[in-house]
Amino acid sequence: MPNVILRAENVYKKYGKLEVLKGISFQVKQGETTVIIGPSGTGKSTLLTCINQLTPPDKGHIWLEDTEITNPNTDINIIRSSIGMVFQHFNLFTHLSVLDNVRIGLLVVKKTPMKEATEISMGKLNEVGLGDKIDAYPAELSGGQQQRVSIARALAMNPKLILFDEPTSALDPELIGEVLNVMTKLAEIGMTMVVVSHEMGFARAVANDIIFMEKGVIVEEGKPDKMFNDSENPRTREFLHKITELYGGKTE
Amino acid sequence: MSFLMLALDIMPKLLEGAIVTIELTIIAIMIGIFIGIPVAMGRVYGNKPVYAICTFFVEIIRGTPLLTQLFILYFGLPSIGIMLSPFMAAMIGLGINSAAYQAEYFRGAIQSVKKEQLIAAYSIGMNQMQAIRHIILPQMFRLVIPSWSNELIYLLKYSSMAYMIQAPEIMSQGRLIASRNFRTFEVFIIVALIYLVLVSILSKILDMVENKFRIPGL
Amino acid sequence: MDQLNLIWQGLPSLLSGTLVTITLTIYFLALGFILGILLALGRVYGSNFLKLLIIRPFERFFRAVPALVLLFLFYFGSSFFHVEISAFMAAILAMGLRSAAYQSQIFRGAIQSIGKGQMKAARSIGMNTFQSIRYIILPQALRLSIPSWANEYAVVLKDSSLAYAVGVTELLRQGRYIVARTFGNALLIYTVCALIYFILVFVGNQTLKILEEKYKIPGYEIKTKKDQSVLERI
Repeated sequence: MPNVILRAENVYKKYGKLEVLKGISFQVKQGETTVIIGPSGTGKSTLLTCINQLTPPDKGHIWLEDTEITNPNTDINIIRSSIGMVFQHFNLFTHLSVLDNVRIGLLVVKKTPMKEATEISMGKLNEVGLGDKIDAYPAELSGGQQQRVSIARALAMNPKLILFDEPTSALDPELIGEVLNVMTKLAEIGMTMVVVSHEMGFARAVANDIIFMEKGVIVEEGKPDKMFNDSENPRTREFLHKITELYGGKTE
Repeated sequence: MSFLMLALDIMPKLLEGAIVTIELTIIAIMIGIFIGIPVAMGRVYGNKPVYAICTFFVEIIRGTPLLTQLFILYFGLPSIGIMLSPFMAAMIGLGINSAAYQAEYFRGAIQSVKKEQLIAAYSIGMNQMQAIRHIILPQMFRLVIPSWSNELIYLLKYSSMAYMIQAPEIMSQGRLIASRNFRTFEVFIIVALIYLVLVSILSKILDMVENKFRIPGL
Repeated sequence: MDQLNLIWQGLPSLLSGTLVTITLTIYFLALGFILGILLALGRVYGSNFLKLLIIRPFERFFRAVPALVLLFLFYFGSSFFHVEISAFMAAILAMGLRSAAYQSQIFRGAIQSIGKGQMKAARSIGMNTFQSIRYIILPQALRLSIPSWANEYAVVLKDSSLAYAVGVTELLRQGRYIVARTFGNALLIYTVCALIYFILVFVGNQTLKILEEKYKIPGYEIKTKKDQSVLERI
């Protein structure tokens, strides 16, 4: 049995009167990919940012391996440096070149020597197929390229886990493939990932586990096969039916 | 004496004044940076009293004429026993005036750095100090460069007000020459041309600086 | 108490100076407004000859040369060319033309930000160029210009103090007279002058804000705060 890397227990979050998360519990095992699906506005992204405390939850506990992230005594910056995050809108540092975007975390947070930081970063950029773009600035890249840089930025920190917040939904359709390919490769080499996405094809092919969330709760969780073909819950079936219609053949 | 002869004749004196003009401009922009950045920080990150003080400073300086400020420094302060030389008064006056405007440029720049940039910095484990130092400040400086160029050119022109308190800059030199040869209009045509040349050269230099530090998308 | 008395006695002349300052400002802005719009239209729709040989040099000269120098040129230039004009008139010409050069920039930016689509649409329903400008382009451009124009108002009002240098008895010169007459407290008097300027700037800006609110078009909000050009002194 692989180790559990991430464990969330009864995570609860409220914005003013709006309950966004109403007690979420789940766990992610080492080397596995968990895809979270569900309608917009159901708290999927909030859940991700709760995990690395960019949005601290109101109640509940989250552990990264044996460390409780939600414990106020935990140094959150150390935790964040071992949890990668990939954003919907990439959020690359506008004033830094591609190479500097990837290595700044190593230099500033991990205090890695320049030479080593550069080597690691170059390695990761090659992995995502952008070894020839190191001197470009983010604004000079396509959305797909920017998102791959941001994946390299996460990878460079040698994370135990990477969170993906709708990594392809801001991209033009023809650029989605290159990002999904990189993510698929990461899954194959055993990176642990939690992905919020509407890409059902990816979910079906790559996920070890699919979580269907709606209105702040987990409605159903299971293996892709079961979720897509043999779901117990009518809401899950309805959602998957709708999204399949919307995104057409991609689920095939 | 022809206009050209006159120009050649008085040029050395006028250039002497031009050097004082340039000195005033450079010192004023420096004073402006050193006061302007903390004031901007105070307006963005400060608590209530700090914010109030910084805002008061900016509004008062921006809401009153530079000439009045110079008069207060040069003619007013002696009433309470502080005597400043014309050059000192001009330097301090222009510097403080510029500080209020620069504070606004810096504030605008800090605020236009997107929140997502900060979130991304936190997500790779930076603390607040690291994020400000490595992400916010470098972007702020890039963003503020165009306003800064503007401010330099502005100061170059407005340093002419120092003439009103007898600082020996180019205008004062012009006036002095005119009081001897009575060819006031022609002297000031030449003064105007010198300003034109100075402003053009400075703009060119600043364009080059701006290009050098240009970052696509910022 | 002496000081309060000093202010009280000086107040009538300071207020008459304020009136002159306001009058000057109105003239500057009015001349700048009319000429500024013409220059802006010329730069957007005019021939190359007009743009390159007349408008550009005019704008460049009046923007690059300090206000004080312009003031001297008009004041001393009038006697050089044997044209009798008052210091007041010289100030209006110098500062009005200067404001025109800046206002032209404001209006040009606004006209260009409206885009060619509006012009094409106006022409497509049969308006001629003049009608398109008059009924479609300018109403939009003027609305967009209000924030920058508020800035120009403050600049012009403050720079009107320079008329002091050629002997116009505006606010600051009235202050000077009081200081000279009473051997009075220069710090006090000039601070009062500064305060009056501050009030004028403040009241003017508030009025323009109300104007901005009044002429707002839904979905066509005037960008204020973040618009860098509003922050900048020009």
